[in-house]
Amino acid sequence: MSQDTSFAASSAPSATTSVAELKQIAAQVRRDIVRMVHAVNSGHPGGSLGCTDLLVSLFFRVMQHTPQPFDMDGRNQDLFFLSNGHISPVFYSVLARSGYFPVSELATFRKLNSRLQGHPATHEHLPGIRIASGSLGQGLSVATGAAQAKKLNHDPRTVFVLMGDGELEEGQVWEAAMYAPHHKVDNLIAFVDRNGQQIDGPTDKVMHLGDLRAKFESFGWRVLETDGNDFEKLLPTIEEAQGLLGQGQPVMVLMDTQMGFGVDFMMGSHKWHGVAPNNEQLEMALQQLAVEKASDY
Amino acid sequence: MKDFPYTESKDTRSGFGAGLHELGKTNPNVVALCADLIGSLKMDAFVKDFPERFFQVGIAEANMMGLAAGLTIGGKIPFTGTFANFSTGRVYDQIRQSIAYSGKNVKICASHAGLTLGEDGATHQILEDIGLMKMLPHMTVINPCDYNQTKAATLAIAEHEGPVYLRFGRPVVPNFTPADQTFEIGKGIVLNEGADVSIFATGHLVWKAIQAGKLLAEKGINAEIINLHTIKPLDAQLVLESARKTRCVVTAEEHQMNGGLGDSIAQLLAREEPLPLEMVAVNDSFGESGTPDQLMEKYELNEAAIVRAVEKVMARRK
Repeated sequence: MSQDTSFAASSAPSATTSVAELKQIAAQVRRDIVRMVHAVNSGHPGGSLGCTDLLVSLFFRVMQHTPQPFDMDGRNQDLFFLSNGHISPVFYSVLARSGYFPVSELATFRKLNSRLQGHPATHEHLPGIRIASGSLGQGLSVATGAAQAKKLNHDPRTVFVLMGDGELEEGQVWEAAMYAPHHKVDNLIAFVDRNGQQIDGPTDKVMHLGDLRAKFESFGWRVLETDGNDFEKLLPTIEEAQGLLGQGQPVMVLMDTQMGFGVDFMMGSHKWHGVAPNNEQLEMALQQLAVEKASDY
Repeated sequence: MKDFPYTESKDTRSGFGAGLHELGKTNPNVVALCADLIGSLKMDAFVKDFPERFFQVGIAEANMMGLAAGLTIGGKIPFTGTFANFSTGRVYDQIRQSIAYSGKNVKICASHAGLTLGEDGATHQILEDIGLMKMLPHMTVINPCDYNQTKAATLAIAEHEGPVYLRFGRPVVPNFTPADQTFEIGKGIVLNEGADVSIFATGHLVWKAIQAGKLLAEKGINAEIINLHTIKPLDAQLVLESARKTRCVVTAEEHQMNGGLGDSIAQLLAREEPLPLEMVAVNDSFGESGTPDQLMEKYELNEAAIVRAVEKVMARRK
């Protein structure tokens, strides 16, 4: 097992990263996710696997960002905020593999004295983390504030934020959803991970979210929908979203994903929301997540 | 007993408004947010002169705290404005995660704290906010006593890196501190030196403590009166120096006993110098409607209550 960061070095963020390369990076990130949660027998693999393709797209192709030296203010960089902080494994893996911190540090996930807390924290000064998240519903507000700071600073870059769909049950999300169009925060692209699952079961049964497109549109958002587990659909949608910026409205991308995507026995079920695989399940998962130049930490 | 002449009475919230307006002129990074209470928070002048740096949030305090945290990313220094109740209890989790735990440089500015909000009653009269805020790691908690001090505190917290809770009030009270006094976070101010009892007061109760000092002087009691405008970090050195001299302590605040200034001083004394202590504070009760003066009398937060506490604590002194 390699301990080096060669994978990160060869996959530095670039607007020219091909879909084939993105798929390889995504497979490696998914390997990291299942290995991280297996190692500590805790964490959230389901949502992490489902959102891998989005985070890989953003960090390895879409965003202009400078992993080192890490700048908390992120001046003249695109920023990403993770509101559903429980999918920290995918966030940590993507940050490490895009060069924010050593890939080997993924081995410390959820362990004592680690910078990789169970939920993302700025408190431990992990490069790439700009806000603590985990208590749900707060990320859209934070991202909106950061987007307004960019406007005040005449900074032309974009703020991205990801929320879970179950998270939309929090009232604060709708406070922010009202605010951003009212204040014409048009340098903001928000994603909803619409996997239809939450801890107690399918979202439709726990708390029906209704017509999200109609809801956000009625609040004044430009709304796009896409498949969050297909780069051929996801990347053009993100490009379309970027094309809608600067027109007085924030942009919302409703992204259909499958929880546990990439590992067949984890897919589509809320049962893998916060459960780690056992040894046998890990081996099965890794077999399914083959990668040409595997560089497991 | 020293005299504290004053020529005008003003509300502490107007001191905040004046300080914020001055910051607008002097510090381009200062931005302000308000949850539909511009007039109540006296933010009108800032809104008028710096509209591009003001964000009307509407009645959505949770969003306001998240926005403020986000605005720090990019170097802004956000000042949030709403009533103390909605600045703390309503948004505790947002402050805890997005501001305190995240170490964001947000200034939570809270008006209408305590009973002196008056007629609106207990729903709006928060008496737990100091406790809520001081429990958060690394949160600075400040409760100035008059207009001048609130203005000075507003200017000072902009220079301080880290989250701050600044608490002030609605009623007009004597404005007696020097207009040119610099505000040092965490440094108490000795208003009157005395040898018989230490009175540590914060916020509106500082003026009541001065009035109590006069009444005590008539009885031959020489009280040391100290303005602890900063509850956290507590000026432990000053508190202990005074307490070791007088050997008995009274605290006075417009807050619950649980979690307030008195609670902080009781902890300090118990650890360092166990001495008799009496607290002038609300004793495990909500407030109610009434005029500020009526409420301060009924809930025993006035000079008469301080005098009674002094007599009681001096009787306990060994």
